[in-house]
Amino acid sequence: MEAFTTLTGIAAPMPKANVDTDQIIPARFLKSISRTGFGKNLFANFRYREDGSENPDFVLNQEPYRRAEILIAFENFGCGSSREHAPWALLDYGIRCVIAPDFADIFHNNSFKNGVLPVKLPREVCAQLMEDAKMGGNARITVDLERQVVVRPSGEEIPFEIDPLRRHLLLNGLDDIGQTMQHAPAIDGFEAKQRAAQPWLYGA
Amino acid sequence: MSAQKPHTGSQASGARTGARTLFDKIWDAHVVETLPDGTALLYIDLHLTHEVTTPQAFDGLRAAGRKVRRPDATLAVIDHNIATDASRYTGIVDPESRLQVETLEKNVAEFGVPFIPLLDDRQGIVHVIGPELGRSLPGMTIVCGDSHTSTHGAMGALAFGIGTSEVEHVLATQTLLQKPAKNMQVLVEGNLAVGCSAKDITLAIIGRIGTAGGTGHVIEYAGDAIRALDMAGRMTLCNMSIEGGARAGMVAPDQTTFDYIARTPQGPKGEALERAIAWWKTLPTDAGAHFDRVVRLAAHEIAPQVTWGTSPEDVLPITATVPDPETVEDEARREQFRRKMHYMGLTPGQRLQDLPVDVVFIGSCTNSRIEDIRIAASIARGRKVADGVRALVVPGSGLVKKQAEAEGLDRILQEAGFEWREAGCSMCLGMNPDKLKPGQRSASTSNRNFEGRQGPGGRTHLVSPATAAASALAGRLADVRDFQPKDAR
Repeated sequence: MEAFTTLTGIAAPMPKANVDTDQIIPARFLKSISRTGFGKNLFANFRYREDGSENPDFVLNQEPYRRAEILIAFENFGCGSSREHAPWALLDYGIRCVIAPDFADIFHNNSFKNGVLPVKLPREVCAQLMEDAKMGGNARITVDLERQVVVRPSGEEIPFEIDPLRRHLLLNGLDDIGQTMQHAPAIDGFEAKQRAAQPWLYGA
Repeated sequence: MSAQKPHTGSQASGARTGARTLFDKIWDAHVVETLPDGTALLYIDLHLTHEVTTPQAFDGLRAAGRKVRRPDATLAVIDHNIATDASRYTGIVDPESRLQVETLEKNVAEFGVPFIPLLDDRQGIVHVIGPELGRSLPGMTIVCGDSHTSTHGAMGALAFGIGTSEVEHVLATQTLLQKPAKNMQVLVEGNLAVGCSAKDITLAIIGRIGTAGGTGHVIEYAGDAIRALDMAGRMTLCNMSIEGGARAGMVAPDQTTFDYIARTPQGPKGEALERAIAWWKTLPTDAGAHFDRVVRLAAHEIAPQVTWGTSPEDVLPITATVPDPETVEDEARREQFRRKMHYMGLTPGQRLQDLPVDVVFIGSCTNSRIEDIRIAASIARGRKVADGVRALVVPGSGLVKKQAEAEGLDRILQEAGFEWREAGCSMCLGMNPDKLKPGQRSASTSNRNFEGRQGPGGRTHLVSPATAAASALAGRLADVRDFQPKDAR
């Protein structure tokens, strides 16, 4: 996983609540067995018309948002299916940060595991950032994970909260399987005790 | 359990004293270690896997030279991307689907994971077969790379969906790094009205709490209306917990649960079962245990439910009319509301019962069990699907299909004009050949009415199996109370 420290880039406004993972990447595009290549189908149902041409009304088909690295939306972003293809599609497109009032739990977890930073800020602040984003290419927004602030084009800094462990893993691009493997003796011990108490859970 | 901050109510392993909830007890029994920041290393008892969310996880294992730690606690099945017609017997047509299925077959062989092949009688939707085979049991922690893993909470287990990175983590370590969730109780008291079922309860709950209402929580469903549900009904209820934002939903195990498990092919038997039941009986929430949030519903007030919009929270009784976006104050919300109306092709004030349906889908991990098919058949018996309506019944597993055929339900349904299909996820998610065409309106027993969920441009109304069957006969969204079963003779 690529580390996330600081990102300065164009932000695309998406003034919607409940952006679900079927919108982010429809199921018909989940047949790939790799982690990459999903970017071209990010938001496919909105981005393309039935004949496959681009829908000019969709934000990511407009300049400068084609180059967006940040997405700003409203409540419950990433609800629905557990598909990790959703953060994979965002990442593959080039979006490394989503700012919203809150996120669905599974999407929130999946994002961190792929170096996509979900930032929670109140609805009013998200609305304000969307206004900033509407100013276009000169209105770059900075997301500084080290200092835990979002910097508006005006220079105003907005602090955000984040779980310290997740922040640490993201700043350093760490894979948590290796870390868990260090607890193998404790897992062995747990299994020995559980096997004695609940033998029906073993060897099915 | 969640990405939320840890709360003081649920302390990790052993530290908790006093009255505990069902969730607290299962959580405590599975904490291997607690990290300094309160994150728990949680042991996973059963890991269910399918073709869509695992290829990248097995690739990760291979790249790192890691093994599957507990193949005996892992089970793989194909369900999402396969056709549900006879074409499965002659090979998968779609090359991408075939590659994904072949990849799973190769991975399970290489890593020694038990696997149910496509043409095996036990094949089916992962959330149908886990309980049905007796693999999903009370007190377990159960995960799967699928958000509807919450279904297995009906067994009195802690079951939740995970992403592919977490699938890889569980394959390698049999654990997950998790923060405890908050406890939420949904109490449903009284008797359900005629024509209503667990699906109507769950839709009514989501209508009440909203699609983010359970975020960060595990929901325990309780009350006499829940106790009265059979296991299939409890599975429907827990299945849609995720649509209310909760990663997991649970029902305390009781005699209904134990009787169900005793009939399963792979559940514990004899002395092992007795020993297991003795432990399972200690699991229900203690009197006085703390819930962070309690929601109450009166069962008798719940009418047959139908969704009108593109989120499961957009739900109304079947007797209602389409709402008016202009009554919404917030501008951004009003605009989104208008978009939903446009997408769904609705006009404010229209009667929901006047909406004609093109397709009826009875199936999915929410409603494809034998009990669901019996209800649909009881309404279809001696009647005909309306002209121009395509109606599919897709059993949740090969075993459900066999059982239904043994009871003659397939004949009743086919005589009425329903298609009788092979087991799979089918038209729930627009990933296999069963899809809506743009603009088609469906009454569906599945779980998500998102834009494009059943196929690009498709318009989904979520309903119970009874309402779906009645709608197929009426050719429009129908009130099942107008379609009482005809005499079996």
